[in-house]
Amino acid sequence: MEIRELLSLLAQGTLDSLYMIIICTVISYIIGLPIGVSLIVTAPGGIRPMTVYNKVMGFIVNILRSVPFLILMIALMPYIRKIIGTGIGKEAATAALIVAAAPFVARLVEQSLLEVDPGVIEAAQAMGASNMQIIRKVLLLEARPSLLNGAAVATINILGYTAMAGIVGAGGLGEIAIRYGLYRFQPSIMWITIVLLVILVQIFQEIGIKVVNKYDNRIN
Amino acid sequence: MAEHIIRLQGVTKEFDTKGGKVVALKDIDLDIERGDSYGIIGLSGAGKSTLVRTINLLEQPTEGKVIFNDSALTGLGSKDLNIHRRKISMIFQQFNLLMQRDALGNILFPLEIAGVPKQEALKKANELLKVVDLEERAHSYPSQLSGGQKQRVAIARALASDPEVILCDEATSALDPKTTRSILSLLKQINEERGITLVVITHEMEVIKQLCNKVAVIENGEIVERGDVEEIFKKPKTKAARKLFFPDGDYREKPLTKTSTRNRVRLVFDEATAGEPIIANMIMELGAPVNFLYANLDVLGGSQKGQMVICLAADKETADKQKAYLVAKGVEFTEIDEDEEVQA
Repeated sequence: MEIRELLSLLAQGTLDSLYMIIICTVISYIIGLPIGVSLIVTAPGGIRPMTVYNKVMGFIVNILRSVPFLILMIALMPYIRKIIGTGIGKEAATAALIVAAAPFVARLVEQSLLEVDPGVIEAAQAMGASNMQIIRKVLLLEARPSLLNGAAVATINILGYTAMAGIVGAGGLGEIAIRYGLYRFQPSIMWITIVLLVILVQIFQEIGIKVVNKYDNRIN
Repeated sequence: MAEHIIRLQGVTKEFDTKGGKVVALKDIDLDIERGDSYGIIGLSGAGKSTLVRTINLLEQPTEGKVIFNDSALTGLGSKDLNIHRRKISMIFQQFNLLMQRDALGNILFPLEIAGVPKQEALKKANELLKVVDLEERAHSYPSQLSGGQKQRVAIARALASDPEVILCDEATSALDPKTTRSILSLLKQINEERGITLVVITHEMEVIKQLCNKVAVIENGEIVERGDVEEIFKKPKTKAARKLFFPDGDYREKPLTKTSTRNRVRLVFDEATAGEPIIANMIMELGAPVNFLYANLDVLGGSQKGQMVICLAADKETADKQKAYLVAKGVEFTEIDEDEEVQA
């Protein structure tokens, strides 16, 4: 393969990966963040305990979290085909990715919110704050550094998922690695994509740490 | 006739635990008057923290009524309850400040909750920083402040909503003695100058002595004794109260246990009786000696009180004469039971 051709292939792959990662992370947070908040709020001893909801939602999240992504993706293929018309390709993979990533995000959010000092929540209640005010002004703000840290972890995790999604033709670096490395016996291209993936992970990690430090007022 | 700001009527709180029901509060009645600095003292586990949390319904009582300014808080919906809660502020042992907001931001917090316009809120928060003497720390985060400074921010935050009551839950228990004194004097000043009622939860008698005019002693979820701090200090009726006024290591120390335990009395001198050598005169006049077991000097709400435990004459007749002499001289005393925890 010509070097220019290779470069444009890798550039396209990287862009495709980034696109998928960003879309999936954003949508996973749109779904997972409220679920994570609701798990904390409705837990026993939470600001609005709701046992049944908490148990059911916790169970659903656990089930989706315990199926390995590759298997979940294949299992979901027929259903995704019914809904969006195709079981393979970028769109189908993105849908499967969100189903896997949203519960993961929900748990990450839940863990972050658990770190908020219950005394501070009690103080807000004593001041007459409504539950919505407590969620917005206490839980989410006090947990912000931890939530941002979680977002970096989630993004890196989703990057891993997108690479796996290469197997159903999702495009991106994952597909390039599988296509050239596995099917065409060109390990050198596979190694280049691996290096690119590692670089992406490093970049996300660094951004995560920078942003967390900027927003954490506990450390100065 | 002073007006009651807080009334608890028959408040009972039970907790369901794995080991069965635990009764934290038993049928508590409590009336707090506007302007009081009302201490609630008890050993840990006595139920005092639960009690203070029922006042603003952070703990829902299992039974009974909580009345604030003539309206019952128990049974209110959360919206109405939240409006009343803005008039009942609270400060905590662990300060409970928002770690991600600076001092000013923490003081602004209750104003934001109440929907006060930004400019007005900012003006007020800055004024309150002055009140607690922290103007130059407006933009420090709690992690950069000392314990005493954090509690000052918490007090300013508590004042922001113009409360009628401030509940103080062990507010000085995490502070060193010097800082404790400065926080207590700030609270006293708030009570006296702004007329804000204080409910002070503590296990330390010093806090009650410095800050409160009334006190209730709580033991095993029940109020066993209550009244003016001075009265209870002079004549504690229950063992629980005596225990708190004279914690271990006072007149019950080992060497003293060998002395007679009969006819012991505890005397309290104030400015009116301290000028005269009453005990010395009594010994000379009645010709019967007494044995000194314990003595110290306390400051109670700004005035000095001496207290002393002495052992009167062993025979009843002389002892009665000695008591009559003390009564005649206007010295307050209480008799100490023979069996009262003399074994160390």
